[in-house]
Amino acid sequence: MKVAVIKYNAGNIQSVRIALERLSLTPKVTDDPDIITRSDKVIFPGVGEASSAMEYLKERDLDQLLLNLKIPVLGICLGLQLMCHHSEENDTDCLGIFDTTVRRFPPGDKVPHMGWNTVCNLKGSLFKDIPEKSFVYFVHSYFAETIPTTIAGTNYILDFASALEKDNYFAVQFHPEKSGPIGEKILKNFLEL
Amino acid sequence: MLTKRIIPCLDIRDGQTVKGINFVNIRDAGDPVELGKSYVEQGADELIFLDITATVENRQTFSLLVEKIALNVNIPFTVGGGIRSEDDVSRLLDAGADKITINSAAVANPGLIDILANRFGSQCVVLAIDANNEEEDWIVYVHGGRTPTEIKALEWASEAVQRGAGEILLTSMNHDGTKNGYALDITRQVSETLPVPVIASGGAGTHQHFIDVFTEGKADAALAASIFHFSEIPIPELKQFLHKNDIAVRL
Repeated sequence: MKVAVIKYNAGNIQSVRIALERLSLTPKVTDDPDIITRSDKVIFPGVGEASSAMEYLKERDLDQLLLNLKIPVLGICLGLQLMCHHSEENDTDCLGIFDTTVRRFPPGDKVPHMGWNTVCNLKGSLFKDIPEKSFVYFVHSYFAETIPTTIAGTNYILDFASALEKDNYFAVQFHPEKSGPIGEKILKNFLEL
Repeated sequence: MLTKRIIPCLDIRDGQTVKGINFVNIRDAGDPVELGKSYVEQGADELIFLDITATVENRQTFSLLVEKIALNVNIPFTVGGGIRSEDDVSRLLDAGADKITINSAAVANPGLIDILANRFGSQCVVLAIDANNEEEDWIVYVHGGRTPTEIKALEWASEAVQRGAGEILLTSMNHDGTKNGYALDITRQVSETLPVPVIASGGAGTHQHFIDVFTEGKADAALAASIFHFSEIPIPELKQFLHKNDIAVRL
């Protein structure tokens, strides 16, 4: 299977590559449009700041490329946030694949939300055979508001969308590549779509 | 609900774990990769690997080790020891580490925290503080706890967070190795003052010590070494105990 991991100016991309290698895949970490469109699966990872990431994607037309892909795409962490409509982080217009807004956690507890938390109300093939309230690993200061296409929810300070799905687009706020066997199963579910 | 994290810490010298390890199911107790995998299976929430190698040449050994750890460990892990520059951090993150800790180099050059946070993100910059309780104050020590500074721990932690540190690893030198419990007062002070997670370190000896550091000490995570290495307190048993005592943990 050909898996492309989108290369851009965000952190944590190596972790995703290595997680795929643990599953015996040889992913291509690339920003080459040809390689990306000819892949079977695309992963859009990242940890970082929204506006500089969007700027980078736009400069290289990767935003249009992502919007036009027909193959399954999985956004992870910042990837999920960039696939939403708008982010409060430096007032950034994002890709708009998911019709929701990304906000900063309100005061109430420590930010970032860092560590293991549960995913609930699981829906769809991404969470096939994943038990309700499974633990996954989060590190983030901004969250996507819950919408009808939410396929997993998590509570920290408030309820937010920890996974979203629309057509061929999937996204998770947590890090499946760092979430033990449960995370590996979620990655496998995506790869088997 | 966000859970409290249990974090075993492994000291590495020349690519091998340093402290004596007393595990039954490990082929090579000195192999950090095998040991790390074993901790993951037991339910550790994160791992920390500290390179205590003294020489520059052997740092390369550590990077290679980090690559091997990354290929074998599917939970977050932090690496530290001897990190002085952006390049050091870049090399370790590229090798697959999720976070890095900085200690003496940040005290010598606090601007390093800003540089690292801006380039790699606050989420991967953990400030390690070795603090010693002297005449009512907690004083920061550097160079592996050998050299005192004039800096107070809480002030240093606050400055580091303002500069972009995303997490504080707070070791009480007075408690480290005693097995008499964590330093609850300074841990609580740092945790309540700062908006970032605090990992308490030094002093774990009993199950109750973990309850104390999570409740009274308000720690977000607890680090320990020897009690885990020697299986004095197996992680699964510890987590069950915490769960029964209403501490949220990942089971």
